[in-house]
Amino acid sequence: MTANSEGDRDPLFFRDRDWHPAAYTPGYKTSMTRAPFRPLVALGSTLSEETGPAFGQSMIGALDNNLILNFTGQPAIGERIILHGRVLDETGRGVPNVLVEIWQANAGGRYRHKKDGYLAPLDPNFGGCGRTLTGPDGSYEFLTVRPGAYPWPNRVNDWRPMHVHLSVFGSGFGQRLITQMYFEGDPLIARCPIVRTIGQEKAIEALVAPLDMNRAIPMDCLAYKFDVVLRGRRQSLFENRREGM
Amino acid sequence: MQPLDYLKETPSQTAGPFVHIGLTPNKLGIGGVYPQDLGDSPIREEAKGQQITIVGTVRDGAGMILRDALIESWQADAAGIYPGNDPRGAADPNVGGWARIIADFDTGEWVLKTIKPGAVPYPDGRMMAPHISLWIVARGINLGLQTRVHFEDEDNSACPVLGRIEHRDRVQTLIAKKTGPDNYRFDIVLQGENETVFFDI
Ligand SMILES: [Fe+3]
Repeated sequence: MTANSEGDRDPLFFRDRDWHPAAYTPGYKTSMTRAPFRPLVALGSTLSEETGPAFGQSMIGALDNNLILNFTGQPAIGERIILHGRVLDETGRGVPNVLVEIWQANAGGRYRHKKDGYLAPLDPNFGGCGRTLTGPDGSYEFLTVRPGAYPWPNRVNDWRPMHVHLSVFGSGFGQRLITQMYFEGDPLIARCPIVRTIGQEKAIEALVAPLDMNRAIPMDCLAYKFDVVLRGRRQSLFENRREGM
Repeated sequence: MQPLDYLKETPSQTAGPFVHIGLTPNKLGIGGVYPQDLGDSPIREEAKGQQITIVGTVRDGAGMILRDALIESWQADAAGIYPGNDPRGAADPNVGGWARIIADFDTGEWVLKTIKPGAVPYPDGRMMAPHISLWIVARGINLGLQTRVHFEDEDNSACPVLGRIEHRDRVQTLIAKKTGPDNYRFDIVLQGENETVFFDI
């Protein structure tokens, strides 16, 4: 692991929990028994959340961000896409050297998982996971296939829109975030109970990646852009003086 | 009025039932993509301090043990220094501090082998009792849950974080029970009776 830079120690911005999905969301049935009922204990960040693990380039293999080739070396089937964007914090700064991991269904909407029994076949050349580190400006890029929509057991006819799951680290453990990105124009987005766990329309829009023809490669692949915003850090001379400093 | 030009944090979505494909593919049987899953251990063998094992489960409001839970842990070294970006100095080089822990696919039990961390200061300089921070995700959890493991055999009486818990009978949900000289049990309850304290951090 490598050390983070010195600025990465300040207290975290408070989380806007009205912007995130609530814990208890009956439209998504599983949340009903897994949501805490007691109020969260308000704490604010401490050193335990302001620090966090760091990852080095040496951990990342050359094909780790290429889901088309990283399973067997033979190309996966599906619509080839570049998925790119930046990891920023709430102040708009790019967050460099942080780990971005993704996972997804194959082009037919099937996961490589023993609990996924959907009719669509597995692609022998698609594993379904990838990872990368952000560059100096917070940018990242994956090459993958567009995942298919798939049905799931919730109400009788619920389907997930096409989506990619993302797991992102910041420089502090309190910035840890898992989310999902959706694709511009997918009519299943508005119908999805998991999307609808988010109350505010503007927050849902923040999860929809636009088609980005400037990053598409002619005769090769399309591109979608998805920026991830992590909690910012408070910068004040008045609060950075911890005891002994 | 001037605009406040802050961005909004990306909203969370559940990790879903297939989180292991992305975060621990080797443990799921998806070999060949990564040589090894990340976060297999928070320490190296030579780490200073008391080597301990914490075992637990994650239970839902219906009393069912989750078999799909994924937990990440973050902790200081035996002297209370965090690896990487702790402003107070460098940590024990044999302590990475971070681990990715999965519930057993059959029994739902999870295990963390680590060293007991030292105490760490609260922002006002008082010391927080030794603890390991946990972040819990699973299907049905819309935003990762943050909690802490404290230890039954440490003095937790003056910890400023535990002191913030208004309902004093709930403090025990954050204290791992000693089951052997170096062994602890920490069961997490997501909902209902004995519901674990989760923090808004
Ligand atoms: Fe999914």
